[in-house]
Amino acid sequence: MERILILGGGVGGTLTANLLMKRLRRRVKSGEVTITVVDQSGEHVYQPGFMYIAMGGERAAKLHRPERGLLDPRVGLVVGEVASVDETARMVHLVDGERIAYDYLVLATGSRIVPDDIDHFTTEAYHFYTAEAAARLRSALDAFDGGRIVVGIAGMPYKCPPAPLEVAFLIEAELRERGIRGRTEMHYCSPIGRAFTIESVSEMATPILEGKGIELHTFFNVEAIDPDRKVVQSLEGEELAYDLLILVPPHKGARFLIDSGLAPAPGGWLPTDRATLQVGGRATVFALGDATDLPLSKAGSTAHFEAPVITERIVAAIEGREVDHRRGDYLGKVMCFFEIGDGKGTLLQFDYEHPPRPPKPNQLWHLGKIVFNKTYWHTVPKGRV
Amino acid sequence: MTELATEQLTRTIDARGSFCPGPLMELIRGIRESAPGTILAVWSTDSGSRIDIPKWVEKAGHRLVAINTHEGYDEIVVEKTH
Repeated sequence: MERILILGGGVGGTLTANLLMKRLRRRVKSGEVTITVVDQSGEHVYQPGFMYIAMGGERAAKLHRPERGLLDPRVGLVVGEVASVDETARMVHLVDGERIAYDYLVLATGSRIVPDDIDHFTTEAYHFYTAEAAARLRSALDAFDGGRIVVGIAGMPYKCPPAPLEVAFLIEAELRERGIRGRTEMHYCSPIGRAFTIESVSEMATPILEGKGIELHTFFNVEAIDPDRKVVQSLEGEELAYDLLILVPPHKGARFLIDSGLAPAPGGWLPTDRATLQVGGRATVFALGDATDLPLSKAGSTAHFEAPVITERIVAAIEGREVDHRRGDYLGKVMCFFEIGDGKGTLLQFDYEHPPRPPKPNQLWHLGKIVFNKTYWHTVPKGRV
Repeated sequence: MTELATEQLTRTIDARGSFCPGPLMELIRGIRESAPGTILAVWSTDSGSRIDIPKWVEKAGHRLVAINTHEGYDEIVVEKTH
């Protein structure tokens, strides 16, 4: 029997399990293959929705569903927290003592936020990387009546590179609608020398920032917070005063990956081959999504396009044939929407060889994102798009 | 600036084909995760990296060790000084 074990029930883990089941259904039915997902909560969370909790239009209850309902009925689901991976024994140990053996291991363990890595983050800064934090930011915005808003990034890498810029645009639009824009200063801190990493997007975003009166601070990587003086300090030695501080928190990979020797400290990102998605040269261990160290957006979209690659490689190995490289090599494809505010958006689509050429922002791409958010449960995790 | 002996290099970041987050963001991540004295090389297929990485390195007070041109990509070597 061939045992496929997938750690993590997010976009990458769920989609990989369902795609594997589509391709291996006969072997699963006959008992030759098992496919099992381990997830620590048993709830699948649609994280891109968190930003919309902060922006007022979404409710947390709509952003999670039971993982069981998204998986093919023949995929096993174990709800539990992983303690360690024993590579020699090919065994995963859970915190509750359960042990699960594997022949193929897929690491879809995502990323976790670590706000406490920066002193005073939890008491001084707001963010939108959990449902609860996004709701707190919503309350802070509701109570806000003017002053200095600073939006910045306190760690690399982080989920969804466009998100902080989108939030700055959306907040500015909201403040204008509420009639308090005139008594509000807005500052956006970019980690690099322009507004956004992709030059064409930056060229599009910079005049929007100027038009909205949001001051751009380049090369400003948030490093520390001084709560007494209410200033945020950068890695590059500058500081900015704030009344309302909105920061992307630092992110890390799953802790057990470091403890098991699969990923290096301190980040815990898995060393992953950019084409095969194999981890550290191991033939039967794969990673996808946020968990990898690939130089790509940490976003569900990345996992979405990586899952078919891992599926093909595992199916080929089980069928005892060569990998079909048209399906089994990852070319770096990522696709995501970008909100500009005022009901407009654009689309970023690129791969390792082709830079994004985003269309001029319009209402269509904004609506595209809204429709995608609403239909996600029926499409992406089930492998229908 | 000259080729750096490989034994001095502590870490290589392969950011070829990275548009988002991009080679400079990958270098900043590497710098944040490393101890002072670490020498990092970032590989980039983005011609803009030859300009924007040295600018950031200067502003952040680190040291640009070398810019090496290879077949199809640049290697920018930086020492984390503090």
